Amino acid sequence: MRLHHVALGNLRRRWSRAAFLVATLVIGVATVVTLLTMSRALTVQAQNELETYGANIVVAPRTDDLSLSYGGVALGGVRLQARELREADLSRISTIPNSRNVAIVAPELLGAVEAKGRQTLLLGVRPGDEFELKKWWRLDGRPPAAGDELVAGSSAARRLALRNGDTVALDGRDFRVTGVLEPTGSQDDELLITGLATAQRLLGKPGKITLVQVAALCSDCPVEEIAVQLGDVLPGTTVTAMQQVTKNRMHALDVFRTFSYVIAAVIIAVEALVVFVTMMGSVNARTREIGIFRALGFRRSHVTMLVLLEAALASVAAGILGYLVGMGASYLALPLFAEGLHVTVVWTPLLAAGAVLLAVVVGSLGSLYPALHASRLDPTVALRAV
Amino acid sequence: MTHVTAQTGAEDSLAPVLPSSPAQEERAARFIEVRGLEKTFAGDGAPVQALRGLDLVVPEGSFLGVMGQSGSGKSTFLAVLGGLSHPSAGEVRVDGIDLYGLPGERLADFRREYLGFVFQSFNLVPYLTALENVLLPLAVKRMPAAEKRARAIEVLGRVGLADRSRHLPGKLSGGEQERVAIARALVNDPPLLLADEPTGALDSETTTEVMELFAELHREGNTIVMVTHNLEIRRYFDRTVVLKDGRLEGGPPAGEAG
Repeated sequence: MRLHHVALGNLRRRWSRAAFLVATLVIGVATVVTLLTMSRALTVQAQNELETYGANIVVAPRTDDLSLSYGGVALGGVRLQARELREADLSRISTIPNSRNVAIVAPELLGAVEAKGRQTLLLGVRPGDEFELKKWWRLDGRPPAAGDELVAGSSAARRLALRNGDTVALDGRDFRVTGVLEPTGSQDDELLITGLATAQRLLGKPGKITLVQVAALCSDCPVEEIAVQLGDVLPGTTVTAMQQVTKNRMHALDVFRTFSYVIAAVIIAVEALVVFVTMMGSVNARTREIGIFRALGFRRSHVTMLVLLEAALASVAAGILGYLVGMGASYLALPLFAEGLHVTVVWTPLLAAGAVLLAVVVGSLGSLYPALHASRLDPTVALRAV
Repeated sequence: MTHVTAQTGAEDSLAPVLPSSPAQEERAARFIEVRGLEKTFAGDGAPVQALRGLDLVVPEGSFLGVMGQSGSGKSTFLAVLGGLSHPSAGEVRVDGIDLYGLPGERLADFRREYLGFVFQSFNLVPYLTALENVLLPLAVKRMPAAEKRARAIEVLGRVGLADRSRHLPGKLSGGEQERVAIARALVNDPPLLLADEPTGALDSETTTEVMELFAELHREGNTIVMVTHNLEIRRYFDRTVVLKDGRLEGGPPAGEAG
């Protein structure tokens, strides 16, 4: 026999009191689990949304007289006197403090080329990054891979009568069309898109880029801060933070999260009080029993340990139950907050462990004074009946 | 009988704090030594003097009956002797150990290692079986579980309850509960048994059974101090002292004052 046998025996014997204690803790743990799960799910959903929106930061050369026409870069009459950026400078982006928040860096080079006797916009990109960034692009075909391949925007394809598999000469050099973009409703429809290195050679601008689109996943930091950091490492550029809608959503999430924490803190405090009252009642009801333990040679620390052990055993059960109830509640409540968006509840072992830990901490804290009170009881009470 | 002494292998051995024991014979002759014992309770009104300067020496192996009317101070005396209640003045030594000179929680260790308590109303823990109740004093002792269990079963057998070990106290008769309480007191093989009105809640037949058990323990060499107001069981004691108003009636037994 060890102390935990005595603790378990008491919990079994006074099962209604134990059940009340467990229920109290379950409510608190479940509430915290629900709030955290929902907050996390909504944050993930917002991050996905941010990714879907594409770039939220655009880095362009600084200029005074450039009028905007595409992505923050002036092409006035296809007169590209704008200063360009050096592709080699992009490596500096990885040195900013918030570099871990930078998900995609997509450099672009814009220029005018002649195709079938018409001036046309050519966009040089890193296909992998560009198509990852612009998830809304729907391509009939595949992205350009080799140096002599291109993809045509829907308007450009129509104007130049290009179809997937056609060959077209740009400034006298033949390119194979590997795909045609579905209409996007943006200026992307006017573009011919090829690899960045190919565009640089064709436009006679080796190592140059016109702008950089950056996707920063930033649920816990301001996008503006990243923009400032980018401006610091890329002097001579204009860095513009975008995605006001997502920012507003993130702000709303932050408010929700803060609100959740406050609610959770209040609930935890209240349940700690309930645990305290319950355990005090339990200790007072067991005065004689505790006197017996002391008379039989239990140290004060043994009695303290015994009461805390009972609380801990009940708390572990409450932590597990609370986690399950909280996750169930999240499934039920999340649709009400997600406004029809696809949001997934994620089962994480870390949260489960945290729920059990929270229950044990609250249970133990609430039981600490009753346990100390029990240990200070006068053992002569056990002999009172004589 | 093998007493649990300072050489016990228990985790909370008293050995480091024990004073050197007197010579074996002297120690046995003055196994319990009470000097100038006083206990005053501070109540709402005037302080109540429960014990007024008790002096007593009990040799090892005695079966001492402490008698007296209600309010005479018997239970207070037993509580002080058992290390449960600090005296207002005086000294209590058991086996040479100054109980109230023990530091910190050593008094609890003393109770566990040196004493077996038998309470009037059994005071069994209701949610533990008879076997678990007997195991209770061993719960905070570092020894193999199998050894604990074997010891508990042995003492339960000793009191004739081997077949009732899985029963909760509520399922046992008064006499059986008393015997479980005695088994619990014996499980640590303590040098001193303290019994507080152990027959108070028993009928005469069961009282005889229980007292025969105590008499057998006495014959085996156990030192027993029993508080009672039941004159019928006086014959089992080899010594009797009577308390009246917190004093030993007639003063300390001859030859014990010094």
